[in-house]
Amino acid sequence: MATTDKAESAKPQAEEVGWETKVRYFLNNDLVRSSPFWGIPFLLMGIAVYGGIGFNTAISLTDARGLTPPDYSLGNLDFEMYTQVLGSSAFISAAQNNLVLLIVFTTICLLLGLFLAILLDQGIRYNNTVQTIYLLPMALSFVITAQVWLWMYNYDFGVMNIITRAIGIGPVDWIGNPSIALGSVIFALIWQFSGYTMVVYLAGLRSLPDDQFEAAHVDGASTLKTYIRIIIPQMKEASVSAAVVLMVFALKAFTFLYALTGRYRPPNGTDILATLMVRQAFKLGKWAYSAAIATYLLILALGVIAPYLYYQYRQGSL
Amino acid sequence: MASSSSDQTFDVASFVEDYSLYRISQYVLVVLFIGFFLAPLETGIMTAFKTNRAVAETIPLMPPLAEGFTLDNMTFALNALSGAFFNSLFMAIPATIGSVLFGSMAAYGLTMVDWRGQLGVLVLFLIGIFLPYQAVLVPLARFWNNIFPLASMVEPLFIALPFLQGYHANLVPLMITHIAYGIPICTILFRSYYQGLPSSYVEAAKIDGASITKIYRRIILPISKPMFGVVFIYQFTQIYNEFLFAFTLITGSDTPEAVVTLILPAVGASTSGVDFGIRMSAAFLAALPTLIIYVAFAEQFAKGLRTEA
Repeated sequence: MATTDKAESAKPQAEEVGWETKVRYFLNNDLVRSSPFWGIPFLLMGIAVYGGIGFNTAISLTDARGLTPPDYSLGNLDFEMYTQVLGSSAFISAAQNNLVLLIVFTTICLLLGLFLAILLDQGIRYNNTVQTIYLLPMALSFVITAQVWLWMYNYDFGVMNIITRAIGIGPVDWIGNPSIALGSVIFALIWQFSGYTMVVYLAGLRSLPDDQFEAAHVDGASTLKTYIRIIIPQMKEASVSAAVVLMVFALKAFTFLYALTGRYRPPNGTDILATLMVRQAFKLGKWAYSAAIATYLLILALGVIAPYLYYQYRQGSL
Repeated sequence: MASSSSDQTFDVASFVEDYSLYRISQYVLVVLFIGFFLAPLETGIMTAFKTNRAVAETIPLMPPLAEGFTLDNMTFALNALSGAFFNSLFMAIPATIGSVLFGSMAAYGLTMVDWRGQLGVLVLFLIGIFLPYQAVLVPLARFWNNIFPLASMVEPLFIALPFLQGYHANLVPLMITHIAYGIPICTILFRSYYQGLPSSYVEAAKIDGASITKIYRRIILPISKPMFGVVFIYQFTQIYNEFLFAFTLITGSDTPEAVVTLILPAVGASTSGVDFGIRMSAAFLAALPTLIIYVAFAEQFAKGLRTEA
């Protein structure tokens, strides 16, 4: 880009035009004339997002905690917090939980969403109404769905334990048992998000030309085979974009876990990076320490987004 | 798709044999999943209308029976949430309008007008969508509390205004925060719509000598009305449902300026545990605004989500 810039600025010089013309050209330039439109939102967003990230990085280099304001003098800036974070067992276990959440949640959501999309694409009657019902949980706040699932998982009266009693397993402490809690949380989040992946896949399926099916049918391929061999491979793009949204969500999921207990500490065994970060910051006042966790979180999120954006760019769909 | 009714007309006899069982199993699955998605909500609503005794004695999915039915939980929850409803709407509506308008403007500047370097700016917007908000929480708290205490600056104004109290001033930073972080997603939603518009509209207007501002006001705004609907619904739902910013900027669920999502995890909790009749009533009431919007505009909501991906 830098080279094209140079080529552009070289041209008017060769023509020897006066500075007034140059200024007029510049002011009539589409970039300048459109700048009030994108410029103001861009500035506001830029300060909020990139200013915020910069500020956060600055705080993470200090030792700020409690009520003393961060000290930005050069001698005070170091990466001590980053090594401290990496060395803490709470961070390691939160990162492990986060990884499990990310992988299991994303995979099952994608598979279930694909299954539901194919199911609804079979010419089911009222399929718009059905789609609306499947997507309904997605319209609700995590605070609300957390309350609903707290009730579903209730030890004494919850629906889940009525089911387990009926099939003879006996009551399960879904939220209280640390080895099950993360699974319970993932199950509830899948309930909330699989409608979303379904909608993304349905859009993909409906954009395919119908004759692929007819051709496969003429060739004698069964419906199942047609899907596995022909249709699903074409869902790559839908899968990638849905997976990115789900993975980034899994990294920043905080609200659902907080709302389960209403306290900074989520149910035992479900602490993830996002909850750890907020707890360290706003409960314990360890500003620099939590800012360092936040930076790690940001790097992980960028690790998901950057390849995706590059992929989109290569596809020419940016 | 493959087995729509038109296919069945030619060879009805064999198709009925083959397909009826296949068809039935499809519908059974559809109904099972309807149950899966609605059961948690259904049990919540049923519990909301049950007395504590009925909650303990009846199956949670069953509707409340004669003496087990009560509206006490609802009234209690409504009292607990009424102020918060006002706060949520007072904060969410201007924040939605703000981010939607800015998003539309930015998308227009980024699609309808060609200039180099657009892609770079676009990528910056895209990263803004996926940003984990934890990465800006500490700065956000410091900014609004220590560096630029806007809430206490506008408080005298709010005291003077009718219908408002001084504490409502604390919602202003939250509002601005939502506008700023809502801009990226709104921009991308509008951009995908503007890219689909035929460029001949704008080209013709340009040849006629219309200015960029005029093209926006006279051409783009009128034809993007349907998209305004989509983005508005999507963004309002997001902001109303949002928790983390509210949690960071408004201290505690017991403050008078707390929004609905902030209060909900505390309603009906006591030392003896959670009163689920009250908690479910509150959850139902809190969900009501978004539920109404969702049922009325389901297609727009789905479209917003599709475009996001």
